[in-house]
Amino acid sequence: MAQNFMEGNEAVAWGAFRAGCRFFAGYPITPATTILNTMLKLLPPAGGICIQGEDEIASMGFCLGASMAGMKVLTATSGPGISLYSENISFAIGSEIPLVIVDVQRLGPSTGSATRGADGDIQFLRWGNTGGLPVVVLAPVNAVDCYQLTAHAFNIAETLRCPVFIASNKETGMTKESFDMDAVELPKIKNRIRYTSDKPFLPFAARNDHAAPEYLPIGGPALVRQTSSTHGMDGYITVDREVIAKNQDRLEKKLKTCVDQFTFYDFFDADTDTLLITYGVTSRAAKTALSGLNAAGTPVAHLILKTLWPVLENLIRKIAAKFRKIVMVEMNLGQYAREIRRILNDKPVAFFGQMDGNMISPSRIKEVLTHDQPAQ
Amino acid sequence: MTSLLNNNRPPVFCPGCAHETVTRALDQAFCNMQIQGRDIVIVSDIGCSGLFDTFFHTHAFHGLHGRALTYATGIKLACPDLNVIVTMGDGGLGIGGAHLLSTCRRNIDLTLLVLNNFNYGMTGGQFSATTPQESQVGSAFLNRIEKPMDVCQVTAAAGAGYVARSSVYRNDLALEIKKAIRFKGFSVLDLWGLCPGRYSKKNKLSPKTIQQTIARLPAVTGPVQANLRGEYGEQYRAMALKAEPQAQPVKIEKQYPPPSPKRSGIIILGGAGQRIVTGGELLCYAGLTAGLNAAQKNDYPITVLRGHSVSEVVLSPETIDYTGIDTPDVVLALGPEGVARRTNLFKKLKSGTTVIQAADVPIPDCAGKIITIDFQAIRIKAQDRALVGLSILAGLKTVITMEMLKEALKIRFKGKVLEKAMALVDT
Repeated sequence: MAQNFMEGNEAVAWGAFRAGCRFFAGYPITPATTILNTMLKLLPPAGGICIQGEDEIASMGFCLGASMAGMKVLTATSGPGISLYSENISFAIGSEIPLVIVDVQRLGPSTGSATRGADGDIQFLRWGNTGGLPVVVLAPVNAVDCYQLTAHAFNIAETLRCPVFIASNKETGMTKESFDMDAVELPKIKNRIRYTSDKPFLPFAARNDHAAPEYLPIGGPALVRQTSSTHGMDGYITVDREVIAKNQDRLEKKLKTCVDQFTFYDFFDADTDTLLITYGVTSRAAKTALSGLNAAGTPVAHLILKTLWPVLENLIRKIAAKFRKIVMVEMNLGQYAREIRRILNDKPVAFFGQMDGNMISPSRIKEVLTHDQPAQ
Repeated sequence: MTSLLNNNRPPVFCPGCAHETVTRALDQAFCNMQIQGRDIVIVSDIGCSGLFDTFFHTHAFHGLHGRALTYATGIKLACPDLNVIVTMGDGGLGIGGAHLLSTCRRNIDLTLLVLNNFNYGMTGGQFSATTPQESQVGSAFLNRIEKPMDVCQVTAAAGAGYVARSSVYRNDLALEIKKAIRFKGFSVLDLWGLCPGRYSKKNKLSPKTIQQTIARLPAVTGPVQANLRGEYGEQYRAMALKAEPQAQPVKIEKQYPPPSPKRSGIIILGGAGQRIVTGGELLCYAGLTAGLNAAQKNDYPITVLRGHSVSEVVLSPETIDYTGIDTPDVVLALGPEGVARRTNLFKKLKSGTTVIQAADVPIPDCAGKIITIDFQAIRIKAQDRALVGLSILAGLKTVITMEMLKEALKIRFKGKVLEKAMALVDT
């Protein structure tokens, strides 16, 4: 038996590197800085590029340019940086630019607490863009997930040509822990689908109403246009309402129709009427609490969501079907509970949230589960 | 060489717009240089200058306002052989000010054409970063109380390798553009021209007055001697080549039986400079040598060399789910700052908790079993307290053993540092 020992943030960097990422740009910010530090060690000797932008906006700009020139790109920040990324996130969504964005969440609002954990950006990641089109958000529970989900995130970003977020947390990113890296199965690397036809290249032509456009790089032999403006298949501005509507519809469907490809979760069934739903680092306290309840003969079933957006609606409904009572616990004041209540509107969904910079403890979760009326 | 202008998409500027003159001169420069469209990317900003990419048969990248230089930088780093031309107005110049300065400092091989027409044409003639204070603009009197910036002075001061100011009405404008593109490094062309739609209706400006004004200013005509240096991408690649390949992450084999079959929570409380974080890491490494799972969290202020340093370690034969420590099994109280940071912790200690306390560090009353070490009496320096504290802990054979700790030292340190550390734990 042999184990590695590293931070979740380091694991993210290794996962990205092994998924083929060779371009990183970021601006230092606690608690995400160690991703930049690790990429600075990994990329330059491997012929990759790792740069520090003058701010988060520049870092995102570098990433978008490099991505359209064909590189697999990563950036990492925390809440205040995500705020500055926002306009470029919208660009990446609307203009189908692959990239992976890590948000190592810290306590907000605003600059908040640099070294305190939170899951306060969960709705912000989904809706912090103009236009409101969907994004993919994956939430790691531990360092293993940081490593593995980041590799998956690249495959999703590259094949669907979209930004993919890793919603980490200071408590996951900056905690060092042991795991055997070699025992973690990484997905087979997937790349963008290249355009191979002899016909003239149209940069935003998709094969069907839910596909990503085939790709050619800026700088290659065929001319490529990229634009943040509302565009037709040729990458020029369009005012044709049918073309516009069809494209928006495709961007929506592109992610929603293939949610099966990135449905990540753990489910621990139990002979009980109660289902606990968690994500991120809170899932760990929940597991500790549940193993205690299990030993006491009062088990509770547990669903750990690792894909947060698009919401795994069918899966959540299917798993929740047999339970009478649902309990959601998260490190904010009820952001994802909104989604669970929306989906499971025929069941009581109790909620406990904590937003004080500390992890929710197993004893608190146990209390919430063993009282009929949770604290909130 | 034939024109790269896209005949299907002719320029759509207002009649008399300076941008159209620049469009044609840029095409002429491309023709003179015999560059193919596929070897060029035009990165255009927002506003009227943002239309440039659509007029040419080249690669094109059109993004957000003020950010053109950032996209261009990413593209250039990914494709060092591509000719990267950025078109930006005096609006993009202002909104992207930080990017302008940083691009100058980097000296990356981009060509920036600042289409300077002294106002925001597209939104109704508001004032920009270059609008003269005496001008009549669409922002009422506001421009009268802001000093305009001189693009050339600012970019030269910020480190641009090539800076030139030019009227767009010069006969040899194409040559000026060609020289800027040829320059290996960041080149900035401050191109003054008319915005007939918005600006020159209310302000007396003509090709002639532009040329006269430029003639009165100090000449800025190309390479800035003080800023001539290596191009960013070339320097990056040369330095990256010399970087040591990153070793695979350390992997630690199980070699010893763990002294305890249960989960332990250890909290090391100390101050900056006492190597508390390294101590926590060594403790985890020691645990790994016995096949235990380990988790470590540290807490220290933003300042270094001052204030608290706290490391929390969990070692467990089981998977570590919750990484918090509600009631620790061991507390090492090595510095007063750490104790002050976690005063409340001591109330929660149980009789089974081991407290390894430095004699000169007072701690609140608590239920733990206290072992006091007088570090000063045994001449242990502040930076060695954590390690010596761990050796005391190893001697107890509850959480780690001495052989585990020594193995951890061998993994973590080499050479003289290792020898010194080994000597310390043997004291």
